[in-house]
Amino acid sequence: MSKIVKLKKGFDMKLVGKAPLEIANLAASQTFAIKPTDFPGIQRPKVLVNEGDTVKAGTPILIDKAMDQVIYAAPVSGEIVEIKRGEKRKLLEIKILADQTITHENFGKIDLNQDRDALAAKLASTGVWPNIIQRPFGIVANPADSPKAIFISAFDTHPLAPDYGFTLQGQESFFQAGIDALAKLTKGKVHLNVDGAKPAAAVFSGVKNAQINQFSGPHPAGNVGVQIHHLDPINKGDLVWTVSPAGVVQIGKAVLQGIYDASKTIALTGSELTKAGYVKTFVGANVASFVKGNLNSGHVRVISGNVLTGEKINLDGHLGFYHNQITVIPEGDYEEFLGWIKPSTAKLSFHKALGMFSFLNKGEFKVDTNTHGEERPFVVSGVFEKVLPMDILPTYLFKAIVAEDFDEMEELGLYELVEEDVALCEFVDPSKNEIQGLVRHGIELLMYS
Amino acid sequence: MKALKDLFDNLKPNFEKGGKWEKYHTLYEGHRTIVFAPDLTTKAKGAQIKDATDLKRVMITVVIAMIPTLLFGILNVGEQHFLAVGEEATWMDKALFGAMSVLPILIVSYGVGLLTEFIFCVVRNHPISEGYLVSGMLIALVMPPHVPLWQVALATIFAVVIGKEVFGGTGMNILNVAMTARAFLYFAYPADISGDQVWTYFADKAPVDGFSGATALSVVYDAGVREVNAVEALNEHNSIIGDGLYSLSNMFMGWIPGSIGETSTLMCLIGAVILIATGVGSWKIIVSGFAGAYVMGLVMNLLAVNEYMALPPEYHWVMGGLAFGIVFMATDPVSAAQTETGKWIYGFLIGVFTIIIRVTNPAYPEGIMLAVLFMNVVAPLIDYYVVKANKTRRLQRATV
Repeated sequence: MSKIVKLKKGFDMKLVGKAPLEIANLAASQTFAIKPTDFPGIQRPKVLVNEGDTVKAGTPILIDKAMDQVIYAAPVSGEIVEIKRGEKRKLLEIKILADQTITHENFGKIDLNQDRDALAAKLASTGVWPNIIQRPFGIVANPADSPKAIFISAFDTHPLAPDYGFTLQGQESFFQAGIDALAKLTKGKVHLNVDGAKPAAAVFSGVKNAQINQFSGPHPAGNVGVQIHHLDPINKGDLVWTVSPAGVVQIGKAVLQGIYDASKTIALTGSELTKAGYVKTFVGANVASFVKGNLNSGHVRVISGNVLTGEKINLDGHLGFYHNQITVIPEGDYEEFLGWIKPSTAKLSFHKALGMFSFLNKGEFKVDTNTHGEERPFVVSGVFEKVLPMDILPTYLFKAIVAEDFDEMEELGLYELVEEDVALCEFVDPSKNEIQGLVRHGIELLMYS
Repeated sequence: MKALKDLFDNLKPNFEKGGKWEKYHTLYEGHRTIVFAPDLTTKAKGAQIKDATDLKRVMITVVIAMIPTLLFGILNVGEQHFLAVGEEATWMDKALFGAMSVLPILIVSYGVGLLTEFIFCVVRNHPISEGYLVSGMLIALVMPPHVPLWQVALATIFAVVIGKEVFGGTGMNILNVAMTARAFLYFAYPADISGDQVWTYFADKAPVDGFSGATALSVVYDAGVREVNAVEALNEHNSIIGDGLYSLSNMFMGWIPGSIGETSTLMCLIGAVILIATGVGSWKIIVSGFAGAYVMGLVMNLLAVNEYMALPPEYHWVMGGLAFGIVFMATDPVSAAQTETGKWIYGFLIGVFTIIIRVTNPAYPEGIMLAVLFMNVVAPLIDYYVVKANKTRRLQRATV
């Protein structure tokens, strides 16, 4: 039985630099990288290749010794050109120089009628498995677990987010196959949550074997965590999985074609790109060919992902494993004369405090990375509650994490949250606290102790 | 602007590590960030953009909301003075007289309070926070017009140190800082902040014969004792200096004796509109506070055994400091309830307790101060139960 949920709380941002629905004509990336830091649950990463080795798309290059049945595969075929390590030899990147034409490891089509555990083990050995995320904690799922349900958010409400209807067009059969495989892995339902405000895209509308729910409202209505809360909330001891639509397509390709096809269409967005648009590439792509020569100004920040949950990367950095867009905005390292009191309609703000007239501005906002103030203790109350459409008391939860009070963290609902769910809280906080980092800290406390 | 920037840049090395004023770097940064919003950028991970509103802007919004009460207070101090001494005066004279008595209090409150904060920031090495922008103004506005300045200084130091800094500074305090200052004076020097003689500033002149400095609250209390109708007693009060000083409309406007900023319900409501429109003050606390006072006034009417209890509840809204306390003190987000449900209860009970203290306790003619402080202490308890209800919901969900 499908559900229709209308959410009121939240905040939509209209930013400059939305990608028009067309494939931009840009040079292909030369290198691709797998970054263990993209997977917060990895405990003991082990590299399976050496510099100079040649790999095919789907060749295992990395495992987590704590969960070695899941392999992390090369997204493209080519040569391992660099294994980058940081302080204390922490593994940062495995970089591959791609071949002109991609060749794939072929592990044979996957029979969906086999035993559930065998199917999970098979998928875990193909490279598509890290697309499956476990909640609580937001880490790569363990194939041995049996989740209560699987949730897929079919739309992204983050600022400048890609349109999945466009990026996944023509992938209907793969998407359906992915859903079928996932349905095998859970005893419960597969929930596909579509945007209730628009007619569903072709790739999602005809899907069978899943419960289709409609969500509408401002961001974070598209966050899978919020959707889970309203469909079948996570309690202590529960285990659910989430997959992004692009991940479902990858799983479907593994099932139908027997290959790890890491290709994806990503959005190039942000006010500092001369030409925004979409580009076809692979997981972990080097972004240099998309941004160099495509910039409006010199002093920019390139973000893998969106402006709320993304990560700063270099001009020649690599796309994060889970990211479907890059955003380029100006750096904000400038001082502003009386910036804390000047009235403005051009500065984006959730608040209406003195002189903040952005609520009158119906146009698009150009944002930069300035924090617009220094960090302070929590003072203002009732703000986080307005942007978190869940029955959770965010202020109390955050304070429990600061105090490292385990019982409180559990009882106040930390199992239901990952970073992206509180990203808006971090944005609107007048005290400028780093709330996403705080939530990850709390999750790690619960996981490892 | 360029010159200012150069000035700061030239001073900067002295405050950096190894500089001669290294210890005072927090003062340097505090002042620089007032002139120039800082050039900090977001971290590599997490939100890459931040809202344009910071705590400075939130705090200055509250200060702006208090400006109408301050200006009106200045004018009213002059008005009351010339009324009491029976002299004709122009608006200019009244404003000047008022400014002469109010501004020193304001300057002492800000000067002493900020100095205390700066000392703490340097000693404890934490950044200067914006909280005192609001507290400094509030402290001045809740003082009687001729309170000795040394008492203002003492109360301010007490409030900042004992009310706030010992708990860890802005955001950590349990009691409202300004109310703590007033309560300190109330109990330490009651002769200068209560009774009938302190609400009008006579300066070196004598009041006209038959003048009474009693506030509306003590007039009503007195009516209860003498068993005469309270509303009539209010209307007849001080007819020597003009009719209807304590009429409902005049008390709403605020041309009555009292603490500097509290007399005008109208100005407090203008402040409330600013706070609610900007979203800085909780409308739930303000609405439920006034509702609580009205409901308790009605309950008193029903149970009335004396004339004070029979006073129509709308009079409670305009007498004393109720409006000021609910709009500016009860809404202090740090000392108020922090859950949305809790805010309804918190505001409502402030209104209720104010009226109970006013009507039933002869020792305290005004109840808002004690009601706010009491509810500050109780707020965590209200929140505790709201939070507990949330936890219980989560737990019940798990078992089904």
